[in-house]
Amino acid sequence: MTPPDRRAERAAAKRRKDRRTAAIAAVSTILVLGGLVALVLTSPGWPDVRETFFDADYFAETFPDIARAFWLDIRVFVVVEIAVLILGLGLALTRTSSSPGLFPLRLLAAVYTDLFRGVPVILVVYLMGFGIPALGVNVEAVILGGIGLTLCYTAYVAEVYRAGLKSVRPTQREAALAVGLNERQAMRHVVLPQAVRNVGPPLLNDFISLQKDVALLAIIGVTGEAFREAQIFASTDFDYTPLLGAALLYLAVTVPMARLLDVWERRQDR
Amino acid sequence: MSEPVIEIKGVTKSFGEMEVLKGIDLTVHEHEAVALIGASGSGKSTLLRCIDLLEEIDDGDIFLDGEVITDPSVDPVGVRRRLGVVFQAYNLFPHLRVLDNVTLGITRAHGVDRAKAEGQAREILTRFGLGGREDEKPSRLSGGQQQRVAIARAFATRPRAMLLDEVTSALDPELVGEVLSAVRDLKSEGVTMVIATHEMGFAREVADTVGYLHEGRLVEIGPPEQVLEEPQRPETQRFLRRLLEARRV
Repeated sequence: MTPPDRRAERAAAKRRKDRRTAAIAAVSTILVLGGLVALVLTSPGWPDVRETFFDADYFAETFPDIARAFWLDIRVFVVVEIAVLILGLGLALTRTSSSPGLFPLRLLAAVYTDLFRGVPVILVVYLMGFGIPALGVNVEAVILGGIGLTLCYTAYVAEVYRAGLKSVRPTQREAALAVGLNERQAMRHVVLPQAVRNVGPPLLNDFISLQKDVALLAIIGVTGEAFREAQIFASTDFDYTPLLGAALLYLAVTVPMARLLDVWERRQDR
Repeated sequence: MSEPVIEIKGVTKSFGEMEVLKGIDLTVHEHEAVALIGASGSGKSTLLRCIDLLEEIDDGDIFLDGEVITDPSVDPVGVRRRLGVVFQAYNLFPHLRVLDNVTLGITRAHGVDRAKAEGQAREILTRFGLGGREDEKPSRLSGGQQQRVAIARAFATRPRAMLLDEVTSALDPELVGEVLSAVRDLKSEGVTMVIATHEMGFAREVADTVGYLHEGRLVEIGPPEQVLEEPQRPETQRFLRRLLEARRV
């Protein structure tokens, strides 16, 4: 009798198991997604929804204007993000420093962080947009709103940086001092680069949040912003399709950012 | 005898209630290698950290080339630039290539221009058997290789003295040899060194002087053959006997 080919048997068993796994995944996907689509399509309100949210002609008509308006969102996002990255770092470095002269600044920084992390962004934007003009200061709403966003996100991002600075082991600072660097050089060349690397994903996460929150500028009357533009179209014709167009534009920016974040995280694991 | 490079006089150091150094006197002359032996917690590492001003001493003084360095008015950065430290856990900069680990101090602390610093770094890395690994990140290297990079990094600026803090304790046994031979290489060049170590054989071979630290005191000091083979003090005798017994098991 020939001995059974154990290697071939095992390989065959593994193939069978893999096929079964793939089949189960496929069937359950079809059932779940198909079920959801069927649920929506058979709901009593679907014909009305299709008309007011998925109107292809109206989409084609309004999308170019909304896309143009989205350019303002992008510009606000980029300017605010740069400001946030710089100010947040300054805030984090102030809070983590131990120099006695900076004590009052450290205290202020802590109060600032608590304050702006604890208040809804929409409220800060609102207060900036209506409070500052009420003081008699005449500044464009988009700038005031941008400052509001900067105030909030600086507090978030500073906390992210601070976590990063804490994640670098103190032996790294010591090793930098031991090769003759001073405290500032040790921070600049050894601690900070590692800190930022460690918090890349959470930083990018805040980027994505900020990009979406630019839409809040609509509430203080910033015109020519994508969400506001879509809202105007929607309220004039009672057709909400333009909002869908705006949503797609936001996704076009945030989804690639999220994928970038995945790639970054995977690279760090390596 | 030649000029003293490091002089330690009556140094004490406490961490809270715990007195780690209880009055240390030690002189290290030019080209001399002093090995500090003693149980974990006897104060070897703390003493080295005090010399590099990574810890502040409570009492006494430390001199480098005859000049007091432990006075509060002395800028520690200038002192550290004249010393080289190798840590037990290597403490390489993980975000920098091997080459940049070595050049960072040369360029930023000593103001040497980039091209020249790279030349020096490559030369010294090659000397420690790391030629060809310059562009890799430290994490790609074995423990022994990482520790040799750390030795190269500390030695690259030609310090007045090297302080080696149990440089082989974190290594797998088969990697100890390559690091010890790097230290031997420094010794043959006449580098002044203070070596905290658990390797008695190595202490005997490389050190000109061996000091036995016991509970924060330097209880016995002398040539290796005396301290390691005919220790006078009962504490030293007990310590060496225990080491010997441990090896037999």
